[in-house]
Amino acid sequence: MMGWQVSDLIYIFLRVEWGIKMSESELLATGIVTWEDLKQAPGFPGEKRLKEGPVAVLECLQPIPCNPCEEACPYGAISVGEPITNLPRLAEDKCRGCGLCIPACPGQAIFVVDAPHSDTEATVSFPYEFLPAPQPGQKATVVNRAGEAVGEGTVTKVLNPPKYDRTRVVTVAVPRELAGEVRGIAL
Amino acid sequence: MKQTGIAVIGGGPAGLSAALEAARLGARVTLIDSEDRPGGQLVKQTHKFFGSRKQQAGVRGIDIAARLAREAVSLPGLEVWSRATVLGYYDDRVLAVERGGEFVKLRAERAIVATGASEKVLAFPNNDLPGVYGAGAVQTLMNLHGVKPGKNVLMVGAGNIGLIVSYQLRQAGVNVKAIVEAAPRIGGYLVHAAKVRRAGIRIYTGHTVKRAYGRDGVEGAVIWRLDRNWEPVPGTEKDFEVDVICLAVGLSPLADLLWQAGCRMRYIPELGGHVPERGRDLETSIPGLYVAGDVAGVEEASSAMVEGRLAGLMAAAGLGYAPADLVAVKEELHNQLAALRSGPTGVKIRQGLAQLGEPYNAN
Amino acid sequence: MLRIQEHPILRFQKGRPVRFYFDGKELEGYEGEPIAAALHAAGVKVLRESARFYRPRGFYCAIGNCSSCLMIVDGEPNVRVCTEKLREGVRVQTQRGKGDLRQIKAGEGN
Repeated sequence: MMGWQVSDLIYIFLRVEWGIKMSESELLATGIVTWEDLKQAPGFPGEKRLKEGPVAVLECLQPIPCNPCEEACPYGAISVGEPITNLPRLAEDKCRGCGLCIPACPGQAIFVVDAPHSDTEATVSFPYEFLPAPQPGQKATVVNRAGEAVGEGTVTKVLNPPKYDRTRVVTVAVPRELAGEVRGIAL
Repeated sequence: MKQTGIAVIGGGPAGLSAALEAARLGARVTLIDSEDRPGGQLVKQTHKFFGSRKQQAGVRGIDIAARLAREAVSLPGLEVWSRATVLGYYDDRVLAVERGGEFVKLRAERAIVATGASEKVLAFPNNDLPGVYGAGAVQTLMNLHGVKPGKNVLMVGAGNIGLIVSYQLRQAGVNVKAIVEAAPRIGGYLVHAAKVRRAGIRIYTGHTVKRAYGRDGVEGAVIWRLDRNWEPVPGTEKDFEVDVICLAVGLSPLADLLWQAGCRMRYIPELGGHVPERGRDLETSIPGLYVAGDVAGVEEASSAMVEGRLAGLMAAAGLGYAPADLVAVKEELHNQLAALRSGPTGVKIRQGLAQLGEPYNAN
Repeated sequence: MLRIQEHPILRFQKGRPVRFYFDGKELEGYEGEPIAAALHAAGVKVLRESARFYRPRGFYCAIGNCSSCLMIVDGEPNVRVCTEKLREGVRVQTQRGKGDLRQIKAGEGN
């Protein structure tokens, strides 16, 4: 078979069936997305774009039948297409980091990261459906994808318009080096 | 004896969709449901649904239920019998129904069984203690009646239900100490898993419950690790102080009525247990008797709604209410089902259906 | 307190508060909610005693399928309290073993 190994075939199968690289075995066992997983995903804006300003990070790594993000983007920056199990693809040049896709994602897998928010701080916006509701100006413990406290942040914005249908979109300012890691708060 | 065109048994996502589809086409429909109002398990789902716009993706289950139920009461030709239970289906197409304490006979030219599924149980010492609850029970108590199941919960099962209910518990202000999953992999959608992980809930894959303990109710649970052969490994025990053990270990089709009616049934583990043979358009081995939703094989509510529409369409067509473009409408529904079942998360249902044989072996 | 006071997504519509009796003790719940929900909110988890080994039993499915929650309600045994609605003044009793239908007659005599 043209010198292919069985392991290559397994790799290709996993790649096709699961959409992401083999490091996903860890993801499937823990439920925690790693940076390595994320970099493989078509919804990842790329390290360069992240440095330029607010942009959506689509942490959707498993081909499930779902596409509301595609319609949610007013700039046509997200595409799923056919079949509906395609992973969402981000056109990072079209994305303006508006965050309308955040409450639209049924899986709560979309974040907006503004890495160069200030000289020292980045902001991370994420969906939040718990009580108590965070308030702008509030200090909060920020957590990573495993729910572990990784530092302190300040809530800068809480959006909850009727269109978001009770999914608040919360923005926290965090030390810049935590931009890739912080994905929520613990109140 | 009462008469109807189509009797739909069960008012969940599949039954409601079936009844609406048939009534929209002009058929006379009686929807029979055991609860106060239709909606089935949808009325307990606080999360936004997956799928595409056609299956109301992005809308919360509770709101999909409300939309469907609102249309059901407004459609002429569709009568909803709430608080009613079907006791039997007989050869002359007569249904025996208990309704408000009375025995009623209903002759239906077509019937669609959409009775859903019931929860499986897990065997472990003391699994009969109060505090060991099905995940559906926890949802009912918490999301319908506004009562928390307890203070600290151990969730058993990391399929979609276990993950979703863990998240819902957290929304209700209940502490979920951990999720235990016997398989080495999380079975549910990874986005659900990632969501509960961010909320600080750990998932122990490759672990199972060794035993529960407590006197008059659950006071704690011990879990242990499973090796590659699914054998527990002594010395790996972990103890959790919890007052609730929530079991989300799968569903099996509520097929009693189909057995009683005499449908040809097959045991297909991938579909949750015994399921009816049926044609591609969901007619069982009994002509005029259709199935839709979890009773036909356990999967997601989105597919249940599409199957409901398909069964409703075909039952109505059989009574002369076919739309002009019947074939196109039907194929569109089949395409939706195929899309929802595509990809790795649809492997099980595809394997299950393949085992039934093309086209699912009835007739 | 097991009643949910505030929820990020849901609003709960309650009936009027009513009093009822559990093994003679007066409790409060909301009219129309399942008896099992009212008992649970009041901290009552043991609903009956099993027939063979006298083990405590609570509810399991909460939708009327599994029969784990059978209690004596106004003298009638084997009532699934997970679906039976709470009414003002209803008398609920722990059921021990299999329900005894003769209790219904005794109840009617009262």
